[in-house]
Amino acid sequence: MEVLIILIPVALFLGGLGLCAFLWALRSGQFEDLDGAAMRILNEDEAGAEAPVNESTSAN
Amino acid sequence: MTTLVVDPIADELAGPGCCPTSGVALAAHEDYGQSSAVPLMLPTADPSAYVDVSENGARSLHLMVENLHCAACIQKIETGLLALPGIETARVNMSTRRLHVAWQGEQVDGLQIMRRVAALGYPVAPFDPETLKQLDDVENRRLLAALAVAGFAAANVMLLSVAVWAGAFTHMGEATRGLFHWVSALIALPAVVYAGQPFFRSAIRALRARQLNMDVPISLAVVLAAAMSLYQTIQGGEHAYFDASVTLLFFLLVGRYLDNRARARARSTAEHLLALNSQAATVLDEDGSERALPINQLRPGMTVLVAVGERISADGCVSRGCSLIDSSLVTGETMPTSINEGGRVYAGTVNIDAPLQIRVEAAAEDTLLAEIVRLVEAAEQGRAKYVRLAEKAARIYAPVVHILAALTFVGWIFVAGSGWEPAAMAAIAVLIITCPCALGLAVPAVQVVASGMLLQKGVLVKSPDGLERIAQCDYVVFDKTGTLTRGQPQLLNPEALDSRQKAVAAALARNSRHPLSRALVAGVGEVEAIDTREIAEQAGRGLSAVVSGKQVKLGSRLWCGVMSAEVTDDATLELWLAEEGEASVGLRFSDVSRPDCEAVLSSLRNLGMKFELLSGDRENAVKASAKSLGIDDWQSECMPDEKVRRLHELEKAGHRVLMVGDGLNDAPALASGFASISPVSAPDISQTAADLVFQGDSLKPVLAAILIARGANRLVKQNFGLAVTYNMIAVPLAVIGLATPLVAAVAMSSSSVLVTLNALRLRFAARV
Repeated sequence: MEVLIILIPVALFLGGLGLCAFLWALRSGQFEDLDGAAMRILNEDEAGAEAPVNESTSAN
Repeated sequence: MTTLVVDPIADELAGPGCCPTSGVALAAHEDYGQSSAVPLMLPTADPSAYVDVSENGARSLHLMVENLHCAACIQKIETGLLALPGIETARVNMSTRRLHVAWQGEQVDGLQIMRRVAALGYPVAPFDPETLKQLDDVENRRLLAALAVAGFAAANVMLLSVAVWAGAFTHMGEATRGLFHWVSALIALPAVVYAGQPFFRSAIRALRARQLNMDVPISLAVVLAAAMSLYQTIQGGEHAYFDASVTLLFFLLVGRYLDNRARARARSTAEHLLALNSQAATVLDEDGSERALPINQLRPGMTVLVAVGERISADGCVSRGCSLIDSSLVTGETMPTSINEGGRVYAGTVNIDAPLQIRVEAAAEDTLLAEIVRLVEAAEQGRAKYVRLAEKAARIYAPVVHILAALTFVGWIFVAGSGWEPAAMAAIAVLIITCPCALGLAVPAVQVVASGMLLQKGVLVKSPDGLERIAQCDYVVFDKTGTLTRGQPQLLNPEALDSRQKAVAAALARNSRHPLSRALVAGVGEVEAIDTREIAEQAGRGLSAVVSGKQVKLGSRLWCGVMSAEVTDDATLELWLAEEGEASVGLRFSDVSRPDCEAVLSSLRNLGMKFELLSGDRENAVKASAKSLGIDDWQSECMPDEKVRRLHELEKAGHRVLMVGDGLNDAPALASGFASISPVSAPDISQTAADLVFQGDSLKPVLAAILIARGANRLVKQNFGLAVTYNMIAVPLAVIGLATPLVAAVAMSSSSVLVTLNALRLRFAARV
């Protein structure tokens, strides 16, 4: 059972890492536009890159 | 007087429609009907006051954008703006429908940016991020952070708890159990302190006001469970229930987060509509220079320029120009009236024919607008009384829960004669088991799903309790002009013209902004282009031009010199085309109903709803409309206060009235109806008064709103039923001590999941 002394802190540390990552993402504003993020995937090139214009966009 | 107004931006606006790219996007757009029904406003307000300039010359501007629907919209706006010189970032936020632009230098200014976005087909308005956005955002972020902490704690504590329960069967050593309890305490206590804050704060607020809300028993349960567990841990006891208190928090926070999101969205919808509707007025200073001023800064004595197609922003006298005034938004009257120098005009009416200069007069107390504002305010005070279903339930529920828990505690000590520890455990179990997760989670979940579905159908939910009230309505009162009808005349007899005459008529009409000319151009469809010369327009009479050497006139009966033809009834408007040497042709126009009006009305009838028509328009027009739509009850020439009176009558007769209207004259009625819906083309006062706002040409969103609201209400009630059943079974068990706090927490969680799943069923239950 001594292994618990190591395993519990390890488990908590990993969990805590996840929590910190989430809180960091929250602070840096990544949760401010959930709908937009879902839709931006559909854009082939992230807006701003000028070269390859989306075919469908140029069609109209 | 000749007027040929060419407006490059307006033409550009008419060009590209919204969103067009992918097939998916197109399908999503069909529900919105034609985007032309949304008023395309020119960004006349100078946004320079909103541009934030930093020391090194970097500028940034926040804008609200409307009509965003899909990925292509984001890309169109962002790439469109980045193509302008100097723009560094342009980022659309889809959730809040806001746009942030940052740029360097003075190559572009705020107005150009707004024009650019508007030209792409998206109405925009600037806003100040400091005043608007922060409140919602901070609250939302705080809830999400609390949710994350509670989730982390719940998962880890549960892991340890499961080990302890398993240990109970495999003879876990006391020291190991103690260690697990201490570790749980270490995780759970800070988590409770941090994640419980939203509940604690609200509970304290309620207690200070000497009231009980649902957060009081929640806070009690969480704090007591944690404190008892800590006591047990210190004593080296067998039972610690940290898991119960953190899981409870986690589930409740999910509900709170959803609720907050839905409310924030409703609020931002309302703000958007207001900002986009507010136009700036162009003021002409004495030295001849023009400047844009927000409408609320207009003062008596100023001279305002009103361009063709613009809404008049203040009451006043015409100091120069003569034109036609469309007061359909104010009075419901479809027929434009002509106005000359010295004539009085009222705020809210639209100038349709020629530019005007207006000298602003003090908004007299006896103007229609002032009267309307007064009526709206009076009506809104009455409405504040509505208490949401969930709040009603909470008012009964909270005291019952406290009394029950206290009785359990007292009962265990005095009746069963046990010590205070098992008594406290039983009382805590009662508090946890009765925890209103079902209500706290299921009601917001239904609301979120319902408003999401409505948004897809082009309906914006403005007031958080609007859906709940709409669901209870059994009587619908419609306005006519602009609500049941399109609010614009349509050509009734295009067949009266042959194709050559059509081309001539269209060529003349294209040069005028008169609503009938526009209707004519739209009504004849595609025609060949014809060369016209010497086009001139006389306000209130008609147009004249020379086509292939012959004089042609398009306009009123008098203008075209037609005396003989019989006068049609005055529900239809007419326009005559007179060509030199040929017989004059009469064209009839009328304000036609929205395309799916009849279908929607018959669906409403099938739902068992009654309806009637209250219009400010003339009797003949209303009668014709009512007859063609099969509406038996109608009233014409209603003043705003008469509409309100009629609504009160209906209310006294036991009806819950849904008011659907768009005009300024409907605003008081919209505010005094039990619930109200208005189209997005309505003026700002009406939209503010309405609970829901719908977009597009069709009336179907009204039906969708009623159906979805009813579906949502049904589900909320079902969930209440489920929650009550669950409590009836679980509470007695907890009272007699059969349910430990842990069993209570598991039972509570499973009931929460059940009601949430039931809530999500709305998508299938209310298919429209």
